[in-house]
Amino acid sequence: MKFLKKAINKIAPVSIILLVLIVWQIKSSDGTIPGFMLPSPIDVVKAFIGDFFLLMDHARYSLTEAFAGLTIGVALGFVIAMVMDRFEIAGKAIYPVLIITQTIPTVALAPLLVLWFGYEMTPKIILIIITSFFPITIGLLDGFKSADKDALNLMKAMGAGPVKRFFHVKVPSAAGHFFSGLRISVSYSIIGAVVAEWLGGFNGLGVYMTRVRKAYAFDKMFAVIFFISALSLLLMYAVTLLQKICMPWLKYKKEEKSE
Amino acid sequence: MSKLNVENVSVTFDDKKIIENISLELKDGEIVSLLGVSGAGKTTLFNVIAGLVTPETGKVYLEGEDITGKTGKVSYMLQKDLMLPFKTIVDNVSLPLVVRGEKKKQARETASKYFEEFGLKGCEKMYPDQLSGGMRQRAAFLRTYLFSDNVALLDEPFSALDTITKSDMHKWYLNVMEQIKLSTVFITHDIDEAIKLSDRIYIMTGKPGKITKEIIVNTPKPRDKAFALSDEFVAYKREIMEYLEKNI
Repeated sequence: MKFLKKAINKIAPVSIILLVLIVWQIKSSDGTIPGFMLPSPIDVVKAFIGDFFLLMDHARYSLTEAFAGLTIGVALGFVIAMVMDRFEIAGKAIYPVLIITQTIPTVALAPLLVLWFGYEMTPKIILIIITSFFPITIGLLDGFKSADKDALNLMKAMGAGPVKRFFHVKVPSAAGHFFSGLRISVSYSIIGAVVAEWLGGFNGLGVYMTRVRKAYAFDKMFAVIFFISALSLLLMYAVTLLQKICMPWLKYKKEEKSE
Repeated sequence: MSKLNVENVSVTFDDKKIIENISLELKDGEIVSLLGVSGAGKTTLFNVIAGLVTPETGKVYLEGEDITGKTGKVSYMLQKDLMLPFKTIVDNVSLPLVVRGEKKKQARETASKYFEEFGLKGCEKMYPDQLSGGMRQRAAFLRTYLFSDNVALLDEPFSALDTITKSDMHKWYLNVMEQIKLSTVFITHDIDEAIKLSDRIYIMTGKPGKITKEIIVNTPKPRDKAFALSDEFVAYKREIMEYLEKNI
């Protein structure tokens, strides 16, 4: 029974996706959906294999941009959150600006950035920074605020200054919030890279996407869409792994809850 | 010799007097309890002694040195055990040493020496979530001791524990105290606990909080289990209860 339950738990998350793919394949094969409108899953896989090396080459560019943007975005998010937490007035002043940066549609911003910074990687990285720092900042800010007030008081009683209180109590208290933010930022960063590449550039998955769209190569279009989704999922999974390594105390917390 | 002297301390928050004209003395190696109902300002008094709150009037002296409003001088254990969940027990316990500027490795070594004495052997690398309430309390107490072996303030150290664990912890506490002789003031609202553990009891009544009575518990230490059932014990208890009834 336990084994069955475990198996069901493993299958449940992918069951709907599998079902959709199967129905889609059947309907494509029997001609209900014409191939020029929607390629069948098998066609998509074939297109992916056919363009594999080209896709990998473009992915290299997109991932480099995403990684660079994300790294700078995380660092920036950390600094902003730290300043906002430490100085209340600064926090109040910065907050609305943060919100406004997130209300500007990226598709509107991207062409401007291309205009200002050219067709190379710089405008893409900047766009990724703008989209990815926000979840980090907000996550960390909430995390810093969630630190136990009594624990901070105890540190104070021990004679710890603001810097020691921050690094010994506030930063580790915010770790969980940080990783939740990072999971969002990681997927934003890939999407940010693709959107930025649509609007100008020579390399990257977004550029590939624009080219195959113009060629009406729908199979390739779907191949790249699935590929981007898979990349995002893989990176999110990597964040989860990283969190497990960085927060070893979490596993004991779960044990207690399930008892 | 007196370790700690609190002289005429008054604290006012928002025009409301919380504690008024409190003086107390703690001698070397003594265990003194502050007994009183909640809201009598016991924790505020501790915050003053720990330097977290600067009193409106009055002074706090540690071995003759004026420490009013200075943190890091006497160790303070708050109501919750406050083990940081993201640090191992040894890192939690050595935290006061790290705050004082010691290197992490060295602080761990120093702290590890005490684990056996405090009944914590084998817990060094565990996380607080893996320990029982009693064990966490022991670790919190060791942290308090490493913070300062001079004077400790314990704010209801055993109140979160169930009765059986509590009585276990009392035994453990008196045992450890025999060895480390840490001068201690502790807050409690448990009369039995106060009589069992203290050399002297200050009774605080509100509001504003004042120390209105001092009771000396003369029974020599170590006190055995039978003490809690002795006539002597009951006599102290009666005295305190009758006093509290009249004055609240």
